[in-house]
Amino acid sequence: MSAKTTILTLPEEELVHPGHRACAGCGLSILYRFGLKALGRDTILVVPPSCLTVLQGLYPIAATQLPCLNVTFASTAAAATGIIAALKVRGKEDITVAAWAGDGGTSDIGIQALSGACERGDNFIFICYDNEAYMNTGVQRSGTTPQGVITTTTPIHGKPQQKKDMPAIMAAHTISYVATGSAAYPLDVYDKIKKAKTIEGPKYIHLHTPCPPGWGFDTRYTVKVGRLAVETGLFDLYEIEHGVFRLTGASKKLLGKERKPVAAYFETQTRFRALTRARISAIQRQVDEKWAGYEA
Amino acid sequence: MAKQEHEIGWKELNVGCVIDEPGNAACYRTGDWRSQRPVYNKDRCIRCGTCYIFCPDMAIKALEDGYIEHDLYYCKGCGICAQECPADAIAMVDEEE
Repeated sequence: MSAKTTILTLPEEELVHPGHRACAGCGLSILYRFGLKALGRDTILVVPPSCLTVLQGLYPIAATQLPCLNVTFASTAAAATGIIAALKVRGKEDITVAAWAGDGGTSDIGIQALSGACERGDNFIFICYDNEAYMNTGVQRSGTTPQGVITTTTPIHGKPQQKKDMPAIMAAHTISYVATGSAAYPLDVYDKIKKAKTIEGPKYIHLHTPCPPGWGFDTRYTVKVGRLAVETGLFDLYEIEHGVFRLTGASKKLLGKERKPVAAYFETQTRFRALTRARISAIQRQVDEKWAGYEA
Repeated sequence: MAKQEHEIGWKELNVGCVIDEPGNAACYRTGDWRSQRPVYNKDRCIRCGTCYIFCPDMAIKALEDGYIEHDLYYCKGCGICAQECPADAIAMVDEEE
């Protein structure tokens, strides 16, 4: 693998403009900025309804320099397939097609089109930013909302069901590249998207995205909360390249070391206020078992 | 610069509502969302660039000499730069009237 990108080797050109309409402290805007730096100018974006549509601007405002197609919720990956086909007819096959959707647009509403595109083997990058609920419509629970989380549709006891493991679902499609990243480690995300660009076939990148209003923490803690999710072992940074799994970056450094207790992460956010002590110990046990598997 | 949405009549809309001026969000002032303002102490700055990396609003300009400058036209005052600064060179103070 090529050398890691640092602040000194990062391209200076900004493809996202300030003046975008994301909330203060938005984790997505950090990811979007680094994602577009990695994708580069020769990219066509496909975006379904999501916080990203809001971030980019309400008509007639656009925060990005790249051509961007706003499509319906369920058709993100299908629209990307269409663009690839159109580019092929026009003989412009050196252009990257990237779909960028939220967790709802990926794991709930968009999963059918995404699964189809991956099965067909279309050459595109699908990026899912996972803020663990439908944030731009007012924090409704989604398939990737973790168990026990308070949302506006699970207001008393929290969500009863488990979080859907989306990267594992995508890995089960045996696509060439699956990776995870976090807004707290934007240079790692940059490197992974750069790498995905060099690989043929469908690529899936899952990004953990802290959301201050939806998760209930002060805007200044976005990066801290994102980092805690990784340091407690709840969200792991890894990549699966042609079926080979390996932990990367901050998660790799945690191997064989003592991780922070998961309660340290839960305490930072009001959305976990319904978790009981017994529930937290159960989650801690699950995390420990998962990591025992990594270390074996 | 782009007109705001309330200034546009339907006759001026492009077919398919296509936006033909990429990146025109740059005209949109998000600085007036702010309730706290960052104050930068250059003497403490170690020029690591952490704030430049994490600013979600691209409101931190990296200068030639490695120091930084906040662009208060866009800064939404989230305070990530102050929180993440390893040298405590940025403090958040309340905006006054």
